[in-house]
Amino acid sequence: MPKTMFEKVWDAHIVTQQPNSPAILYIDLHLIHEVTSPQAFTGLRQRGLKVRRPERTIATMDHSISTHDPKIPISDPLAAAQIKQIELNTSEFGIRLYNMESEHRGIVHVIGPEMGYTQPGMTIVCGDSHTATHGAFGSLAFGIGTSEVEHVLATQCLLQTKPKTFEVKVEGKISKGVTAKDIILALIARIGVGGGTGHVFEFTGSAIRDLSMEERMTICNMSIEAGARAGMVAPDEVTFAYLKDRENSPKGKDWDPKVEYWKSLPSDPDAAFDKTITLDAFSIEPMITYGTNPGMGIKITECVPDPANFSGEEIMNQKIALEKSLTYMGLEPGKPLIGKKVDVVFIGSCTNSRISDLRLAASIINGKKVSLDTLVLVVPGSQAVKTQAEKEGLDQIFKNAGAEWREPGCSMCIAMNGDQLQPGQYAVSTSNRNFEGRQGKGGRTFLVSPLTAAAAAVTGQITDVRTML
Amino acid sequence: MAKFTYLKSRLMPLKINDIDTDQIIPARFLKAIDKNGMGANLFADWRYESDGNPNKEFVLNKTQYSGAKILLAGDNFGCGSSREHAPWALTGFGFSAVISTSFADIFKNNALKNGLLPIIVDPIVHKAIFTMVENDPNYEVEIDLASQLLKLPDGKNISFPINEFSKTCLLNGVDELGYIMGFEKEISDFETRLN
Repeated sequence: MPKTMFEKVWDAHIVTQQPNSPAILYIDLHLIHEVTSPQAFTGLRQRGLKVRRPERTIATMDHSISTHDPKIPISDPLAAAQIKQIELNTSEFGIRLYNMESEHRGIVHVIGPEMGYTQPGMTIVCGDSHTATHGAFGSLAFGIGTSEVEHVLATQCLLQTKPKTFEVKVEGKISKGVTAKDIILALIARIGVGGGTGHVFEFTGSAIRDLSMEERMTICNMSIEAGARAGMVAPDEVTFAYLKDRENSPKGKDWDPKVEYWKSLPSDPDAAFDKTITLDAFSIEPMITYGTNPGMGIKITECVPDPANFSGEEIMNQKIALEKSLTYMGLEPGKPLIGKKVDVVFIGSCTNSRISDLRLAASIINGKKVSLDTLVLVVPGSQAVKTQAEKEGLDQIFKNAGAEWREPGCSMCIAMNGDQLQPGQYAVSTSNRNFEGRQGKGGRTFLVSPLTAAAAAVTGQITDVRTML
Repeated sequence: MAKFTYLKSRLMPLKINDIDTDQIIPARFLKAIDKNGMGANLFADWRYESDGNPNKEFVLNKTQYSGAKILLAGDNFGCGSSREHAPWALTGFGFSAVISTSFADIFKNNALKNGLLPIIVDPIVHKAIFTMVENDPNYEVEIDLASQLLKLPDGKNISFPINEFSKTCLLNGVDELGYIMGFEKEISDFETRLN
């Protein structure tokens, strides 16, 4: 029976499957951060349990940390207590922590792949929905709640109901000015924020094969924004080249057998998916969201949809949702977004804060100044990304242009650390969520690619980056 | 875990689709290191004005619905972030069940681990219940988990899906961790095969 890649990874990790029960699935790699783990450790203490396999969990702090000088103590007492708690928890239970002093620290979904922890065929979980990122390597990676974090700490296992499979085929070549971010925004705009619910995506097709590992991570990262549990890309030579010689990658005589195993993972040619959709890469243009969820996206040259064009009882709910979001966003229906003034540009997050993202943004900003009345934040995804960017002089390009070059962290993607919008402000952001208040209470977010964000940084308004290439 | 067997209650209608967990509990309230007190910040940005006073237009602040233990929400409830703080906030406020046409996967998993029952109904039933509740805030329904029935006051019984395992856990207040730990031998055998 031919199998999809998801089924191969799933089947290889079933510890037991009792009748009328979910499978007990073994977890190869568990990532934790300061926000969704403290209550899990409390649970372990209350039950008198140990961490079963401490070497299979790694920890970092990324959500509530400052992106200013890490030597300055955190002023928010709650955030400081959370940071202290993960230090205590990891030290008490023997878990490796990449703390504020570590040269490896960074956003959890940036450092896992960077250090070679993330490998094809693994099951990977984290109390964070953007764990889907790691699926770019052909691993099964998904976000979990804090109760499940406790389950994994205690047993290295999770109870899981088998999701369905959904092939997302992207065929053809993408055009100049179009990035991986635009591909995933185009998919979500097409199928909606609930379009992938109950499914695991596998991204296939020539446009996906053409992407680098970092671009594949951007795509898998936002699988959850279409409601999918996970997103996967089959490992290939691009994957193997990325993994070769990373700190935790297989070494020496262990390398070849691993690669052989990884080569067995791609979906069999006749494997059946529960659902399939095909996108034509050539027809994808730079995308932007206009509303308050990632499914409310349009081509940057299009106009904001008009609720007046919605009729028929079955789409009344969509009409109400659109009206509500346009009110929140302060946007006029039927008008173009190009030319709209923006207050803040945020370049960062687990979606778009890797070195290739910063290079894209720098390629637009190089030699120019950012708009005088626009605050531009560039937040690298990890200490390693920051160091590499500084080696290439990208920090100088951003700083000379008048942008702020910050320390790594989640920053304004989730606005827990003081980097936040003021009520009513407009941000063009390379992050993953434009929900109401996501980047600060009352703040309004337009999700875009790093190229489009850089264009807005320079002009101070929403701009079609293709006019600057 | 809290048991769920039977509930008779009025409903709180929140007719918005795709309610994400950032709305259920905004990120700035995620800095706590325990689970308590989340109910006060449930739907904080919709529920309170910028000066901290209750927004009288928001349904949670309408006295005619106060005390309802069932949230009646729009389609695709709980999308976005995996934060379990969302069900902690809902149960902390006093909800024991949410009715919608669909739930985001992670939210549904998290809810079931906290004694919060996600009930999926078809769009026609969903719409009919909204109409009843909006016309009459005292409209009450019964939920009987053992028979998987949502009982409407006009005598109609609507059956709802739930997997057998989660149902057993909720009915008996059993948590999943205890269940997984019962398979210690299988886990050890699996780990031996790994090495």
